[in-house]
Amino acid sequence: MNQTADIAARRVQLRSFMRQYAGIFLSLVILCVIFSFANPRFMSVANLTNILQQVSVIAIAAFGMTWVILLGEIDLSIGSIIAVAGMVGAQVIGLGWGFVPALLLTLGSGALMGLINGALTAKLLLPSFIVTVATMSIYRGLVSLPTNGAPEMIMDPSWTAIGGESFLGIPIIIWIVFVLFVANHILLSRTTFGRRTYLTGGNREAALYSGINVDRIKMIVFMISGTMAAVSGVLLSSRLYSAQTNAGLSYELDAIAAAVLGGTSLAGGVGTMIGTLLGALIIGALNNGMNMLSVPYFYQLIVKGLVIIIAVYLDVRSKQRRA
Amino acid sequence: MAQNDSDIVLTLSGVCKSFGPVQALKSMDLTVRSGRVHTLLGENGAGKSTLMKILSGIYPATGGSIELAGKPYAPQTPLEAAENGLAIVFQELSLCNNLTVAENILAMREPSRAGFISDRKLFQTAEALVRDLGLPIDVRARVIDLSMAQRQLVEIAKGLSHDARIVILDEPTSSLTGAESEILFQIIGRLTREGKAVIYISHRMEEIMRLSDDITVMRDGEYVTTVERGDATVEQLIALMVGRQMNEIYPPRESEAPGEAVAPVLVAEGLSRPGEFEDVSFTVRPGEILGFFGLVGSGRSEVMNALFGMTAAEGRVVLDGKAVTISSPAEAIGHGMAFLTENRGEQGLVRSHSLRANVTMAALQDFTTRGGFLKSRKETTEAQQAIERLAIRANSIETRAGTLSGGNQQKVVVAKWLATNPRVLILDEPTRGVDVGAKFEIYRIIRRLAAQGTAIVMVSSEMPEILGMSDRVVIMSEGRVGATKESAGLTPERVMAYATGQHK
Ligand SMILES: Nc1ncnc2c1ncn2[C@@H]1O[C@H](COP(=O)(O)OP(=O)(O)OP(=O)(O)O)[C@@H](O)[C@H]1O
Ligand SMILES: [Mg+2]
Repeated sequence: MNQTADIAARRVQLRSFMRQYAGIFLSLVILCVIFSFANPRFMSVANLTNILQQVSVIAIAAFGMTWVILLGEIDLSIGSIIAVAGMVGAQVIGLGWGFVPALLLTLGSGALMGLINGALTAKLLLPSFIVTVATMSIYRGLVSLPTNGAPEMIMDPSWTAIGGESFLGIPIIIWIVFVLFVANHILLSRTTFGRRTYLTGGNREAALYSGINVDRIKMIVFMISGTMAAVSGVLLSSRLYSAQTNAGLSYELDAIAAAVLGGTSLAGGVGTMIGTLLGALIIGALNNGMNMLSVPYFYQLIVKGLVIIIAVYLDVRSKQRRA
Repeated sequence: MAQNDSDIVLTLSGVCKSFGPVQALKSMDLTVRSGRVHTLLGENGAGKSTLMKILSGIYPATGGSIELAGKPYAPQTPLEAAENGLAIVFQELSLCNNLTVAENILAMREPSRAGFISDRKLFQTAEALVRDLGLPIDVRARVIDLSMAQRQLVEIAKGLSHDARIVILDEPTSSLTGAESEILFQIIGRLTREGKAVIYISHRMEEIMRLSDDITVMRDGEYVTTVERGDATVEQLIALMVGRQMNEIYPPRESEAPGEAVAPVLVAEGLSRPGEFEDVSFTVRPGEILGFFGLVGSGRSEVMNALFGMTAAEGRVVLDGKAVTISSPAEAIGHGMAFLTENRGEQGLVRSHSLRANVTMAALQDFTTRGGFLKSRKETTEAQQAIERLAIRANSIETRAGTLSGGNQQKVVVAKWLATNPRVLILDEPTRGVDVGAKFEIYRIIRRLAAQGTAIVMVSSEMPEILGMSDRVVIMSEGRVGATKESAGLTPERVMAYATGQHK
């Protein structure tokens, strides 16, 4: 009896999975079809790999952002954290400490910046929007301290290999996206920490009454967001062979767009990593496709905004009709 | 019966409604006459609220026909329903917590000039309305500072703030005590004298038998029958509603009340919180059911909130003989306490999440592997057991809690706290909005837990529930303990006397 119930439950899950992502998946397919009509090279393996590589920085930052939005909060500082992380890496390598310490300190700096965001939000009861607008500015200012605003070259071969080399024929950068996607997905959907995050985002007061340590969840989630942004910072600096003071500028908006395109609700409590990955792919396909067609940058901005509105509208509407 | 058809204001026939695969209404008929109170009676999830939401333009019916004063009626929006003379007081509160009472009552109808709201006029209008209805509420208070009962009164004022020929009241008394209910009954009396039709929904049989002119019974989204009051007894109505005979309202005791010799698990001494309660002391023994009675504003829920670590209070709390300080619900739960709050919508349920996630949310550590993973299979079993044990009407354990009917949401919150296996279980209005059958089940579970040694503190505004279930009763009056009495031999009159402070 339990087994049939299990199978029935799984079937319900599968059906709800299809429904959940139908809208966003359709948007992605439509985009791909349009671009491959315009340029047959769009759907080539080489270009698809290219898209994945280009979108990696945004996708990883968006995984972190998804956690924050699930809590009903927002993190606008991740673009700045991306830049700080790159600069920390470049400086530590410059000191000659080697690759591994540089990597660890870089990720640690991201976690610390996230923790600061989380602590200010949870302990001082400030809205995360305000806190992270402020830290966005502070962190962006910090980037320039070591070099007075000049970029810092990175020559470490291991560091640059991350963005340039392949493993088993697949670029390392794509492996990283894949591994982090799986890790975030499992943490969110299979652990009680993930469940507590969902519940807190869904109804903070009820979570509190049920004994969930809401403040701790908030701080950990902002730390995850900061750490993911630091990984993005590593990838970006490795691809650019340098740490730039304006790296990752306005990436927070792309990360938010990816999460929201993927069905994450800004009200909190609703969203998945799969959705966010699909959302990031849409943004990647859009950027790549328009570049291929040599669409001028300012038109790209306009089109991107419009696509976001249309895709989210389709998604919301298809969900409403089912409700 | 002297009915002709000229006083028919609303006719429904074969109305149905489905939400995806869920068929909430299969075929519903109803004939509502002006100047009469028409009660809808049905189990939790029978489709009562759904029907009322169709009438008030929240969502459209999927089939059937509705006639309002002889004309076809299919409102697309709540505004259209209001323009057609329908007023509704919803089951779940729909107030903006950060606004004042006046702003809520007159939402969408604020007195304004050129788009600017005139505060003076706003308060005047609201004040006049509230006074006219005879409701004891301060229109300048912010909703967040009000108790559940007061919020319910605001909701009633909001629903009745515009002229209507049909007034719908969906479980308006579920969080009211007797005194406030009386005010509502007087309002209903006046409405019917003015020739208005009232559609009334409640699970409290005494008030149904007292108020109704006509009673329509529905079961599983289908029309069963309509009777005039007096043509059926309570027992007959319940049998029609649940489809079987029910003889008892309270299950028999499974154990004797623990004697004086048994050491209490929980001792509260001199709890005080300025403005809310003062010098509150009580004890509960393992296996005891301690009732808490009091009028609205007597501070019962506030005491429980403090005890559970949500708010700070002075005084001493002793658990198992050891003095403890509890500064958060997490700590309280760690000490083996559980607290079912009265406000299930805001403090109990995560509406956007599945029944399964809600049922286990207060006991998640029991569903966590050492590596931090969720014990999914164990959770499935727990949720399925909750559905069976409390007869929760839900499509599956994956159903979103927010789509359940009010009474079934209440059952989910009950299940959530049962899953924590507490030593001290605090229940604040545990059977709010629950139908008679499910009430019996909840009472039986409470009795069984007591027999197994759980100490139970039960706050309730329902006098019969307090007297029928408790071993001892703490009666609060204006933030203080008016009396603590053995419930044997206690009469409703004496309890009321203590609660109103007339008895010293
Ligand atoms: N928005 C919705 N989506 C899916 N199902 C719904 C929705 N609203 C109601 N239902 C389902 O319709 C059925 C009837 O619900 P309804 O709220 O009308 O019951 P009710 O008679 O008012 O019960 P109660 O006495 O508990 O308030 C329930 O099974 C409920 O789960
Ligand atoms: Mg209802």
